[in-house]
Amino acid sequence: MGHPKKASKFVANSERMHWHDKALWFVRERRDLATHQLDEWEELRRVASEIKTHTMDRLDYYLEEFEKNATQKGLHIHWARDAKEHNEIVLNLLLTHGAKRVVKSKSMLTEECGLNPFLEKNGIEIVDTDLGERIVQLRKEAPSHIVLPAIHLKKEEVGKTFEEFLNTQKDNCDPTYLTREARKHLREKFLTADASITGVNFAIAQTGGVVVCTNEGNADLGASLPKLHIASMGIEKVIPRLEELSVFTRLLARSATGQPITTYTSHFHAPIEGGELHIVIVDNGRSDTLSNSDFKESLNCIRCGACLNTCPVYRRSGGHSYGYTIPGPIGSTLGASRDLQANRTLPFACTLCASCSNVCPSKIKLHNQLYRHRQNVVKAGLLGAKKRAILKVSSWVMKHPLLLDFVGLVVRKVVPILPRGIVYSKANIWGRGREVPKFPKKSFKELYKERKK
Amino acid sequence: MSSRETILNSIKKNRPSSTIELPNTDISHVKYRDRDKKFATTLKSVGGDAVWLEDKSVDEFVAENYRDLDVIVSTYLEFNGSTKDANELETPHLLEDVDLAVIKGEFAVAENGAVWIKNPKNRHRALYFLATRLLIVVDKNSIVDSMHEAYKLIDFSRAGYGTFISGPSKTADIEQALVIGAHGAVEVCVLFV
Repeated sequence: MGHPKKASKFVANSERMHWHDKALWFVRERRDLATHQLDEWEELRRVASEIKTHTMDRLDYYLEEFEKNATQKGLHIHWARDAKEHNEIVLNLLLTHGAKRVVKSKSMLTEECGLNPFLEKNGIEIVDTDLGERIVQLRKEAPSHIVLPAIHLKKEEVGKTFEEFLNTQKDNCDPTYLTREARKHLREKFLTADASITGVNFAIAQTGGVVVCTNEGNADLGASLPKLHIASMGIEKVIPRLEELSVFTRLLARSATGQPITTYTSHFHAPIEGGELHIVIVDNGRSDTLSNSDFKESLNCIRCGACLNTCPVYRRSGGHSYGYTIPGPIGSTLGASRDLQANRTLPFACTLCASCSNVCPSKIKLHNQLYRHRQNVVKAGLLGAKKRAILKVSSWVMKHPLLLDFVGLVVRKVVPILPRGIVYSKANIWGRGREVPKFPKKSFKELYKERKK
Repeated sequence: MSSRETILNSIKKNRPSSTIELPNTDISHVKYRDRDKKFATTLKSVGGDAVWLEDKSVDEFVAENYRDLDVIVSTYLEFNGSTKDANELETPHLLEDVDLAVIKGEFAVAENGAVWIKNPKNRHRALYFLATRLLIVVDKNSIVDSMHEAYKLIDFSRAGYGTFISGPSKTADIEQALVIGAHGAVEVCVLFV
């Protein structure tokens, strides 16, 4: 089932759709307020984009530097070609350390790899500790947003879930109360965990350490209690030096939620006393994207979620409609690069308004990428039969100017006098939820000629 | 071929042969006429407090402002009100009951209300996240404008751990309602001395 089908379920509840739209627009507005306070905002974006582009072009060098320096500091580096290898490395580490209970903080990469179900199948208890992720984990759902995993849920639904799993008071859905209860529940998990797994926001080649940003303190607390800390990172997370963090820490939280910085920005360059820090570097298709100049820039993403918050399609269709680990504009391009066949509807979940490109802190031209993916979908013959027929007929008509003029004339005269039932018949898929505009008396060509006289 | 080689070879094969130069990150940026004020208002906006200690000791400040707390620990050497020594505990889990941690901050950042914490003498970094309340003591002359100056003061040539903390832990994961006190500290006060 592609995006349009899943989205149509989401938009069927119009009240909820508008509620979701507003919630995300609120975050977008907070982002604007924060960015407008800095005169150098655009300069920061330019520098971020250049740092990322440079690093991706020299990725092998920076990864080797990172490995060398991290190893020197006593950290352990592992390399995983794909999701399967990543999961096996993690499981192996857990087993050799006798770890049965694991706390995990937010990591889209482990979602991408399907780590949780894999570990559960192998007898490991894995608890997501980010509040939003814990909520969706208890509900057996996927996160619907990369920064706000439970943005699709109302507090009443969260209350019900907590009633069922955490024995909270009946019908109490006060966010403060629910958060406090989750704190108690997860404190116990933190204190009894044998290992922690975190994602990585930035890996610094020069110093051989990793940086994780959170507001809740869950990655930071998790990685400070059990002896074993495993951090999973995609190959594209590496940056050259510490000083580049000055740019990224200024951009990340402002773009994500409008905060000036996340509450915690933890720099791990050592395990805790008597502990071990293992870093798993994962490719899983990323290095292939490097060769494609059309889509390479998508590796510059710092996962702030700004493109999701601003996207008119995401806001109105919800993260679960995309069916890819990462929803929204960035997910649509990453998904299409990864598997065009499976994600062929995603490049069309876009109005080409370019708002995503305008807010992206590393200046990825997301709408251009989606436009190019569309062309590839057509070239690969993956377009639906109806759309294909419409495109064929339209391009044939447009190649014949006289015919185009004639068709235009007929349409202008005929459509306005046709009964509504015919214009908006089942065949007119465009007309679902859209109104045909009022037709002008004359065509553009006619008006242009008159003006020239 | 090992996975390491496979990945690195694939990158080498796929990446472009030429690239742009690494840009200078030290761009011209915001400067605040009154850094103290900017820091205080920013920290307030993220749920924390900033206090300048005038003619009092940290001991007196804690005695006045944090009454009836059972467990107080400190990494700030000039503070004498600790009820136990965190560094003597064999496992960080034993810090779970800490009501107040008085910790040393290296410097503060005006633009975002963050304080840089890096103290190799603190044995258990979990203290920063387990304590219910944090009192971060910072030299009043150590406030910088932005992260550009901040990273000039940070060094990781040796192994270690450091973190920026900007206010108390928080979440807005339930219907975007901001709740202070997620997994880390519920209260954060930055005390300038």
